[in-house]
Formats: sequence, C-alpha cells, structure tokens
Amino acid sequence: MREVGRSVPRKDAYDKVSGRAKYTADLIPPHTLCAKVLHSDIAHGEVLAIDCQEAAALDGVVKIITCFDVPEIDFATAGHPWSVEPSHRDIADRRLLNRRVRYHGDDIAVVIAEDEIIAQQALKLIKVEYDEYEPYIGWQAAAAAGARAIHDAAAGNLLKQHRFEQGDWQAVEADGSLLTLDKNYHTQMVQHCHIETALCYAYGEGGKIVVVSATQIPHIARRIIGQALGVPWGSVRVIKPYIGGGFGNRQDLLYEPLCAYCAQQIGGRAVKLVLSREEVFRCTRNRHAIDFHIKGWADAEGNLQARLIEAHSQQGAYASHGHAIVANAVTAMRCIYDDRRALKQSAATYYTNTAASGAMRGYGIPQAAFAMESFIDDMAVLLGIDPLELRLRNMMPRDYVDAGTGIAVHSYGLEDCLRRGAEQIDWQRKRALYAQPQSGNLRRGIGMGIFCYKTGVYPISLETSSARMVLNQDGTAQLHLGATEIGQGADTVFAQMAAEASGLATEDIYVATVQDTDVAPFDTGAYASRQTYVTGKAIKDCAALFKRHILDYAATLPQSGAVAAIIDGAVADAEGRRLITLAELAEIAFYSLDDSRHISAEVSHHCDENTYAFGACFAEIEVDIAYGRIKVLRLLNVHDSGRLINPQLAAAQVHGGMSMGLGYAMSEELLYDERGRLLNGNLLDYKLPTAMDTPDLEVMFVGGDDPSGPFGNKALGEPPAIPVAPALRNALLQATGIGFDELPLTPKKLVAKFAELGLI
Amino acid sequence: MLHVIKLTVNGRERELAVDERQSLAEMLREGLNLTSVKVGCEVGECGACTVLIDGKAVNSCTYLALWAEGKSIVTVEGLRGTDGGLTAVQQAFIDEAAVQCGFCTPGLIITATALAGTGRKYSREELRRLIAGHLCRCTGYENILNALEKVVGK
Repeated sequence: MREVGRSVPRKDAYDKVSGRAKYTADLIPPHTLCAKVLHSDIAHGEVLAIDCQEAAALDGVVKIITCFDVPEIDFATAGHPWSVEPSHRDIADRRLLNRRVRYHGDDIAVVIAEDEIIAQQALKLIKVEYDEYEPYIGWQAAAAAGARAIHDAAAGNLLKQHRFEQGDWQAVEADGSLLTLDKNYHTQMVQHCHIETALCYAYGEGGKIVVVSATQIPHIARRIIGQALGVPWGSVRVIKPYIGGGFGNRQDLLYEPLCAYCAQQIGGRAVKLVLSREEVFRCTRNRHAIDFHIKGWADAEGNLQARLIEAHSQQGAYASHGHAIVANAVTAMRCIYDDRRALKQSAATYYTNTAASGAMRGYGIPQAAFAMESFIDDMAVLLGIDPLELRLRNMMPRDYVDAGTGIAVHSYGLEDCLRRGAEQIDWQRKRALYAQPQSGNLRRGIGMGIFCYKTGVYPISLETSSARMVLNQDGTAQLHLGATEIGQGADTVFAQMAAEASGLATEDIYVATVQDTDVAPFDTGAYASRQTYVTGKAIKDCAALFKRHILDYAATLPQSGAVAAIIDGAVADAEGRRLITLAELAEIAFYSLDDSRHISAEVSHHCDENTYAFGACFAEIEVDIAYGRIKVLRLLNVHDSGRLINPQLAAAQVHGGMSMGLGYAMSEELLYDERGRLLNGNLLDYKLPTAMDTPDLEVMFVGGDDPSGPFGNKALGEPPAIPVAPALRNALLQATGIGFDELPLTPKKLVAKFAELGLI
Repeated sequence: MLHVIKLTVNGRERELAVDERQSLAEMLREGLNLTSVKVGCEVGECGACTVLIDGKAVNSCTYLALWAEGKSIVTVEGLRGTDGGLTAVQQAFIDEAAVQCGFCTPGLIITATALAGTGRKYSREELRRLIAGHLCRCTGYENILNALEKVVGK
C-alpha cells in the first residue's frame, strides 16, 4: 500500500503545537451567560421544596430553573446508536433536573446568570428542603433485602442481569479427578481524567437549538438532546470542535441536554455550562467497580475444563451504559479461554447511590482482564505450570467462533503476542531467576496478562458510517465525516485511508475536523475502537466512488484519452502514463463553459462484520516490601491490531493506554464515604500517573492483515489499557508469593498484607 | 473593582484593566484571546495553563492578573515566528508524535521552552521530575520525553 502504513505527521499537529487549535471553551463568545448547577448535598432522598426567592433577586441572575420546573420526560444518556427495537434501548431513567435525589451531587436546580461569580453566589442563596433516605454505596447494600428502590422501576435495585451456559455442567461437577480453584476479585471505580473538563454552550439560531460540545458522538448527542427536551431531532444542531480527550466519558450525554434546555428557556440567548474539575469527578461518568467470582476446573496437565463466572457490577445512580459494561466483560472472559467441557456465567448490575458509571476505555474488559488473568496466574501456581505455558495451552484458538455473538477470528496474532513478547522481555530466563527463593526488602518478579477485543459493536448494536469527498478547485479534496477526532489521530488516518483508496496523496486531502450535524454525514462516533474499521469501510467505498467520478469526467476530456487510474496527483492510463493532473482536471471541471461539474462522492456503509484484536502485557517489577512500593523495571505491550495505518500514531495510542492501565493498577480509585460523598474528587488527591510514576513504555506490534478490515486493520484505540493491571499484579505475585485480588495495588494495601503475612 | 496594569505580553507592551479577582489565565484568555492557555483544573494541579513569567514557567490559573504588573509574559502564541515558523521545541513535539488531544500540549511546550532556554542537559529521569507538574492522559509521557530529549540541552 502507498499511503496506508506511512507514519505521516498528524493533520492537527501544527495547530496544536502553535496553540491555535480551538476547543469548545475557546469558541464561547464574550459575555455569554453562565449556567451553574445546584448539586444535591445528600446522596439519597427526595427534594421536598426549593426556595429560590433570595437567589433570584440577586442582580445579574437571569433565571433559575428547578427540578419542579422541567418537563416530565425521562431520557437515557448512553451514547449508543438508537435501536428501532424498544427492548434494546437504553434505560430512560433521568430528567434534566431530578426531584428524586440518587447520588451526592445530583442535579436539582440550575442558575443562569450574567457571569460565573454571580451564578456561584446565587447557588449559595438557594434553600433546599429534603426528605433524606439511607444511601447505598456498594452494590451489596443496594441489593440487600428491604433496601429502598433508587428507581421505582428497578425492584431490589437490580438494573439488569443475564446468564449464559454451555457444555455439560453436571459431568464437570461429577468428575472428581479435576483440580479446582475458587477465587474472588474486586475492581475499583476510576475516572477518565481527560484534561479538558466537561463543557458545552448552547444558543438558538435559525429555528434550531445549537449546542457546541466537547463530545465524542455529535450525531447521537443530537438525538438525545431532542429526546430530553421533547423537540424534533432535526431542530437540534450539535457542533463538535477539537476536544481535550474523551476516553468514553464523552460517549455519553453529560450536560448537553440541560444546557440546551437553559438556552431554550431564555429565548435562545447563548448560555455556557462549564464544569469545574471537581464537578467532573463528582458528576460525570466513571469506570464500573465490578466484583468477580471465578471457579475453575482443570486437569493435572493444566487443560482448563470448565469455569463458573459470576459478576456483580455497581452502576451508580443512573443507568448510563448500564448492564452493557459487565455483559461485555463476561463475554470477553468467555472468549479468551477455551473451556473444554462447560461454562456457566451470570452477571448482574445494581443501582447504587454513587455517580453513574459509564463507558470508559476498554468497556468492561480491563475489569474482566484483571480478574481472569489474575485467576490464570493463581491457577498456574496451583498447577505448578509456567503462566505463559498455561495461557498457550488454554487461550482462544485460531478457529474460535463465539457462541454468544457469532463473532469469528479473522486474523490471529494472539500466539505471536505471547511468544514474541516473551522473547522480547526475556521471560524464560527472568521467570526462572525470580523463582529462586528471595529474601530481604527488595524482591523482583515478572508477570503477564492477555486479552482479546472486539472491533466495534456489531452484532450487539448497529454499525453504520458515512463519508463524503468533494473535489476542490485545485485538484485537492475535502473529506467530510461524522466520525470524530478525539486526540487519537483519527483525522490523520482517515486522510491516509482516503488517499490510499482514491489515488490522491494524504497531503492533498483536507479533513473537516469540526463535526456539525447540519453538515457532516452521519456516523455514530468515537467509541468501541470502531472508527478505523467501520468508518474506514465507508471511507474506502467513498474514495473508490470519488475516484470513479474523477475518471468518468476525465474520460470525457479530449486531452486525457484512455484513463485508468489516479497516480501521484494525476489521471493516468493503464501503463501508468500521466494524462492530466488533477489540478488541471479540477480547473476544467469547475470552470468549463461546456460541461462544468462539481465532483463529489458520498456513501454510507452498513457494517455487518466484526473481528478480534489481541494483545499482551509483560511487566517486570521490583517491590520494596517495607514501603509497599512497586518500581516498574520494564513494561511491554504487544498488540495484534492488524495492519497499522500509521505506525507512529499507533505506538502513541499504545503508550497512552499503558499509562491508563498503570494508573488503574497502582494508584487510581474514586473513594466515597458512608454518606456517599466523594473524598478525592480533584487532580491532587486522585492519583493519575505523572511522568515520574511512568516507566519507559515498550511497544511491539505483531500480526498481519485482517481480511475483514478495510485496509487489513482492526481495533487499536482501547486495547492497550486492558492487560497492564493484571501483568503488574502477576509480577507482584511472583515477587512476593502473594496474589492481590483487589485494585489498586497501593502501598497502604501492600504493607497491610505484608504485615499480616509476616513479610514485615 | 478594575485596576489598570502595564505588562509585556508576547513581546508587546500592554495596558489592561483587570478585575482584582481575575487570574492571569483568565486575563490572557478573555482579555487578549490567547486561547493556547488551557484551563483544566483552575487550582494549579494539571499544568495546562503554564506560561512564561519573566522566563519562568508558572501556572497562570493560580497567579493573579494583578501580580503581572511590570512582568513579561510569553504564551505559545508568542513562540512562533512572524512567518509561522515553529521553534525547535514545537517541531520536536510534531516529529516525535508527542501531541494527541493537544490540551496539555501548550503548557508542556512552555515548560520545554524554559528548559531548553537553560542550555543545560538533563537526564531522562530529571526530565520526568521537571515535567511532573503537567498531567497528560493521552501519551503516557513517552513521546513527550522523547521530544524533550531532542531539544533540551542541544
């Protein structure tokens, strides 16, 4: 391939290093009105009355809207494609402002004022009377008998549950020759921590409500805003500028509907709703805390025979992505290892009085991988088998077809991820070295974790995308997409794909980076590591059609003769001879007095394919027993993501995922007290890794073309965050002989355990 | 209450009326439309709003506009040549793919510019400490450090 596979610089690099790239906050007109939300200061209860008299009298307050004023419309916020089947729709369980308080920080009123200081002052003058209930912080409390329903429609606070079973279960239980292991694992709530806070602004124009938002999903946002306000979807226009990171938090509607409603209620005047960092922590989404119970059966040779997997997921106050997360988690656990005889899974999601959990990079799989990969190492200890060998013996085979989803393996780099990664990290030698008895304060270990990851959401949800190419007067082209650049480098690889399939050069393709739902063709947006795959298919089709339109026009021109291809910015014949440059062709096409034509192409692609990406992480650590401190000596991620569109940007994606995995493993956790108050909702107390906490990040790619991918490519964006935490945990297991079954692996936790077991 | 202050911003002398409650970050963004100054936390935790004050990299969100009286401020808008040419630091960020979402980028470029300006050479570990006041969620700092190693101490 000519353009695919090149490490071209990012399309947006110049604008970003020169400081001229415009993000949402940079576009808000001066003197735009400011909306500030009044958040509940109880975690569970009911608003009985709100007294706004004093606040409303404050000079500069434009309007105050309370939970008693908003439309009685329940809406869902998850950034999923709309489903034409009602049973597949997300749960509509929240209003713009809520009388029923479901977490500490729930939205109960909003002040619109001339500036932020006045809005803040007004918030302090509002008096709220509550009926307060007992809060349920963990799922166990919410699920306990007699617990009050947080949502009337969810008895016992059960949002949803499902089961999956295959194989001959009774035969496994009856077979006394098998070894068994029975374990519990816990993962914690963490947050995305995109450095730009959550924000949007809205105004009325042309009979529409325009919402400018830092979102990953402009077209979905348009639909949900329309639903929440009870207005036609077409009367909402969403504009998405550059955004300062997404990671799933913005695959959800955060405050866009409320901001749009505010603008609507003040006659379309522009109003901004900018969250503080503390509000982002307290009131936007986070990664679900999930508890896993795993029981496994294996023969003495380490051949896995059966697994029982039970998962309980803590949803928080509103459904958001809901049960889809834990469903994805247990599905991935099913796929990644081969139960030769039987598998039994169950998963349940419970509402709790904590901030709503939603989509976050990996969508349930980082949780699943921590539990499953920890379990495999624990089993390796039980069986006395090397963990690498145990995985090679039991992992998803090349001919795997998932019984639940029908997704098949189209390209298989999993084994290479393990073997070549092990070689790179010197697994055999180090594993043996660190297996020698260790004493003293500093101990070393090496560990690993693996995963498989779907590419996009087919067949669970709709997969669709569209693309448009338009010829410019100089023979370059515009590429219009509904898919979004969220920092991952999408615009650049989209241009490379369009160049590859059209014959133009990447440098001659301009990608419209701002999505405006009035103009951009439809796409569901950035999530599920789907865009290079699904949008890539639309771009491939579109670029091929665009090329055909150019060649058809060229064939009508006397100077071009037998046209066959576009090569290096020119129309060429079958032998590759240049007949007419695209610049010359464009000039004629636009300005011909006989046959002017504006050449463009637009296609939509309905995608009914999916494929698995694979990867592994290898971690080598040294633990300081006295301080419970882990020093990461080496961290290596190995990925099979099919053909890389841009190898340099692909490696950069892996770095970011590894860093996120590192924080998940070592330091990050949202902490709540018994009243449901978030204790560490700021970037000082919440510990995401700094440069000092991060080791050098080693990246390796294996695998070849995926036949189902538009250019041989498959999922890459989310996977790097998945295998890091279990690899570190398993390295710690080798170093100390202790299997930690809860994240994060903080010094406090380690020291307590070391003291308990007599290491200190 | 408004106060008039005199200062130099990106090489040009300015006289500005500022609210005594205003941070330097707000003044630069709202008063001078220097939107490279990013605001991620408003309390000095994330480093996105870093600017040069008399050559030193400082969080402008926890620095009052009033304190800038008589000072020389440089933002990323002030680094580029009039012909649009980039500095070696900016070019290194592009070449090393140290930019992703780009929100932490201007602040890091300012710190990198200050470090490059010292003429000193730093080890990778020292560089990690020197940029520890900047939070980045996209890059794992790997390519940012690679970019810094290319230009700091050269």
